[in-house]
Amino acid sequence: MSDNIIHIPTMAELAAKGEKPDILFWVGCAGSFDDRYKKVTKAFVKILNKVGIKFAVLGEEETCTGDPARRAGNEFLFQMQAMSNIQVLNGYEITKIVTACPHCFNTLKNEYPALGGKYEVMHHSAILQQLIDEGKVKAEGGAFKGKKITFHDSCYLGRANNVYEAPRKVLEALDAELVEMKRCKTKGLCCGAGGAQMFKEPEQGNKDINIERTEEALDTGAKIIASGCPFCMTMMSDGVKNKEKEGEVEVRDLAELIAEAEDIL
Amino acid sequence: MTLISQLVFLAVLAVSGYFIGRRILQIRKNILLGKEEDRTDQPMERLKTMLLVAFGQKKMFKRPIPAFLHLLIYVGFLLINLEVLEIVLDGILGTHRLFAPVLGSFYPVLINFFEFLAIGVIFSCVVFFIRRHVLKLSRFTKIEMKGWPTLDATLILVIETVLMFAILAMNGADQVLQSRGVAHYPLTGEFFFSGFFVPLFSGLSDNTLIIIERASWWGHIVGILAFAFYITYSKHLHIFLAFPNTYFSNLKPKGEIKNMDNVTNEVKSMLGMPADPPPAEIPRFGAKDINDLSWKNLMDAYACTECGRCTDNCPANMTGKALSPRAIMMKTRDRAEEVGMSISKGGKGLEDGKSLYGDYINKEELLACTTCNACVEACPITIDPLSIILEMRRYMAMEESSTPQSWNAMFQNVETSFAPWKFPPTDRFSWANDLKTEAENK
Ligand code: HEM
Ligand code: SF4
Ligand code: SF4
Repeated sequence: MSDNIIHIPTMAELAAKGEKPDILFWVGCAGSFDDRYKKVTKAFVKILNKVGIKFAVLGEEETCTGDPARRAGNEFLFQMQAMSNIQVLNGYEITKIVTACPHCFNTLKNEYPALGGKYEVMHHSAILQQLIDEGKVKAEGGAFKGKKITFHDSCYLGRANNVYEAPRKVLEALDAELVEMKRCKTKGLCCGAGGAQMFKEPEQGNKDINIERTEEALDTGAKIIASGCPFCMTMMSDGVKNKEKEGEVEVRDLAELIAEAEDIL
Repeated sequence: MTLISQLVFLAVLAVSGYFIGRRILQIRKNILLGKEEDRTDQPMERLKTMLLVAFGQKKMFKRPIPAFLHLLIYVGFLLINLEVLEIVLDGILGTHRLFAPVLGSFYPVLINFFEFLAIGVIFSCVVFFIRRHVLKLSRFTKIEMKGWPTLDATLILVIETVLMFAILAMNGADQVLQSRGVAHYPLTGEFFFSGFFVPLFSGLSDNTLIIIERASWWGHIVGILAFAFYITYSKHLHIFLAFPNTYFSNLKPKGEIKNMDNVTNEVKSMLGMPADPPPAEIPRFGAKDINDLSWKNLMDAYACTECGRCTDNCPANMTGKALSPRAIMMKTRDRAEEVGMSISKGGKGLEDGKSLYGDYINKEELLACTTCNACVEACPITIDPLSIILEMRRYMAMEESSTPQSWNAMFQNVETSFAPWKFPPTDRFSWANDLKTEAENK
């Protein structure tokens, strides 16, 4: 039984014991509330447990980073959110953060410093790559051997922060066949959700962006569309459904793929 | 005779210098209508960016075919200027081919090289013309290119071709005159490309040839000066502004949106944290007109080549939305021109009842942007259309409160549930209990 116990310490618990984690896992709103993305959160926590990284979460003390508010033009709301999050983070003397959301990643890493929140921030793909490099994660289950996987670059990971290699290194470790879409890396096409588009209907046009992108992903013949972003996950999953391909093609997060290959999902 | 032509030449130089200089000062003033922004940090990094991106054409080479064609024109322009230097000195001093005796046998080598470049320029201009008007590449035929922008682009290609032909005709006539031993046309050695004009010219009299040679000489130099003046009204201004524009590039990660310090101050005082006293005059939040944008936004607008690489890569544009990042830049420039010219004429300037937001750029365009940075990534001269879009969204959200209902609902959720969706905040950590139970039941 004890093998099956998963530890998810909160900062408050650790602080009460006078302990500090090595890294804070910033779960994000989608990772906390969205049914699909909660699975990603869980997969990532399982990996952290398995490799024994000393992490903690904020639990109910975490709130929206303010990313969608800032991108929709509401700077006041963004800064209110940022300041109160920074108060909490600095209160716990956090120095290192990992998150599975590129929007949180970008905001915490690039936008909080101007408001007094300076941390070393990583996207979960970077940690996964590190674990693979260190041999702590082997992903040798062979579940994905030879399978065609394509990676959809999230704008906020790729162009916004120049992270292109880590997610691909993670996929390579699966021994899968990585196929690139026509538009990838710096030229990757947006899923359509960024800039707070996630929270409104698209403007008048002749096509939805996620359909355009999904078609491109399907054109590669990949059976798995890998992503590292909750919004991309939603948009691409909707696109696959729209194309009636949900029986054949899955949209999966990097952490889920690694957890499955490690047989801990 | 030479004295008269020297005087005429000086007069032409002075007059064109005056008009070009006046336009340059005007454009500088227009750009400085924008707000202050510090882009002077990290000078070495900036220099490197300029050398790579502007001089080295680094981002152009993401598309090799137009990059190669453009390189021919670009190198041609930079180097043929050396010949223009000779022309100007000849004009002022009343000499003819001043450098020939100085450079000796190297002179024809140099001229041959320039002629080779001129042929390259002509070749590229013709291909560019074909791409625009015969192949009708989609990025050149989008809606914002109708009318003046297309005429402008066509004129540039035609004028450059004519200027290059003037050099070749001048050298061709010169050679025939040289071979006949006409006074003032000392032997310089053979020129290869303009040599093709020799059979064409050889039946003409000395006088006709002198007229052709002189007309080409004057045509070339007056053409260049007139062209330089024209450029200040054209997208072709990029041939100068590409350099400072890349020097003053945004060096921060593209995902970072500029912090509004005046808002920080207000938020701090609302939260009871130490803050500066509020300013006497509360500045506008976000951008309604060009003076709310930064000077760099306006320099971007003047540096834009209207190439449409940004729009070509814009997910909103490619799915039929009203947004085109190129159009954002073109409209910003048009408005900056309008306001700047009006101020210089003592007109109403910014108070003319119009504004960039509303009269030039509408809400639908702004709302279509996904902030994906594809436009910024695509631009060969590091222009940032996204920051203009975001500044205007700030105006919409904070001054006009005109954001869409669904965004307002999202704002409210963030305020009351601390997440963009309406979930009870107490459910935020439920996933952990679920996971623990799932694991135990395994
Ligand atoms: C200094 C001399 C330069 C000259 C004479 C020059 C000339 C030209 C000409 C004639 C065109 C028109 C092509 C067309 O109509 O399709 C053009 C376009 C363009 N130029 Fe330049 N240019 C110069 C410098 C630069 C620099 C430094 C950059 C920066 C990278 C640059 C970037 C561009 C771009 C992006 C276009 C649009 C090309 C396209 O549509 O593919 N130019 N230039
Ligand atoms: S950032 Fe906005 S304008 Fe630029 S390419 Fe993306 S959607 Fe288009
Ligand atoms: S902003 Fe850049 S990419 Fe877009 S049209 Fe202008 S020069 Fe071309």
